[in-house]
Amino acid sequence: MAHNHKHGDPLPETVLRVKSLESLLVEKGLVETAALDALIDRYENKVGPKNGAKVVARAWTDPDFKQRLLQDATAAIAEFSFSGAQGEELVAVENTDAVHNVVVCTLCSCYPWPVLGLPPVWYKSAPYRSRVVREPRAVLVEFGTELPASTEVRVWDSTAETRYLVIPRRPEGSSGMNEDGLAALVSRDSMIGVTEAISPSTVGGA
Amino acid sequence: MTSAAYDLEQALDRVQIPRDEDGPVFDEPWQAQAFAMAVKLNEAGQFTWSEWADIFGVEIAAATEKGQGVGNEAYYLCWLAALEKIVGVKDLLTQEQLLHRREEWRQASLRTEHGQPIELQGGDK
Repeated sequence: MAHNHKHGDPLPETVLRVKSLESLLVEKGLVETAALDALIDRYENKVGPKNGAKVVARAWTDPDFKQRLLQDATAAIAEFSFSGAQGEELVAVENTDAVHNVVVCTLCSCYPWPVLGLPPVWYKSAPYRSRVVREPRAVLVEFGTELPASTEVRVWDSTAETRYLVIPRRPEGSSGMNEDGLAALVSRDSMIGVTEAISPSTVGGA
Repeated sequence: MTSAAYDLEQALDRVQIPRDEDGPVFDEPWQAQAFAMAVKLNEAGQFTWSEWADIFGVEIAAATEKGQGVGNEAYYLCWLAALEKIVGVKDLLTQEQLLHRREEWRQASLRTEHGQPIELQGGDK
């Protein structure tokens, strides 16, 4: 935090406000520094959604892998030996022309950390958690995703034990691309299911 | 607070879904610290999610009205403001304590050499 701090410059006002809250709450025994640090560490050491994008790209190119992924995602993803995998079960759900899957955690912010990294702010937000269940199509439209009325929208509610990874539909115009190129089309949001994969025509120079 | 569930619904309807890009969820450490404090106070039972959403929702709505956007920084500035308010509402800290301590940290940061950890001295408290 002190990286930009020069001798004689006061810290930014927001930093002073946060330090004031933290030091007073710690002194009153209302929070513990170690517990705060542990929570922040967990959030900051993000894996990033690139892991998940690799999984999806392989599923797009390797039908056998996709089959294994859909049958037992925890075991199939173990083939990548990503670190930080926790004990929870991972379930992969595939988007098709008939079904669009979207993931939420209505209770808190359960999220498939090993493949997607940190949950985005909006995923943790109460309005998303509440509204995506009540009116998934309206929420998808806010993310720029308009689905045909004939497409069924399935909302999956994560728990501490079961986390979901959406396999978005492989975009048109991507038939000649290799796994690395395809992975670049797989955004974090598409693996939560609020958007579709990125179209190769919109990826400049990829 | 007549019905917690009703209050929560009301609060949620006022709060827009914040958006971010594929980048890190926290731009700066203070955002993570503010976030973590609220999570821990909530876990400890100091306030309910419904109570938080009520106060946080007011901050978000006010920031939106002022046209401050819904980016990460604006979102966590609202978060911080809500945290400062809820510790007062819940009689955990007074605003006077917070303002006094802020000045102490400001003085501590002014007298600390670059590269050294900024710490309060005994006389600050």
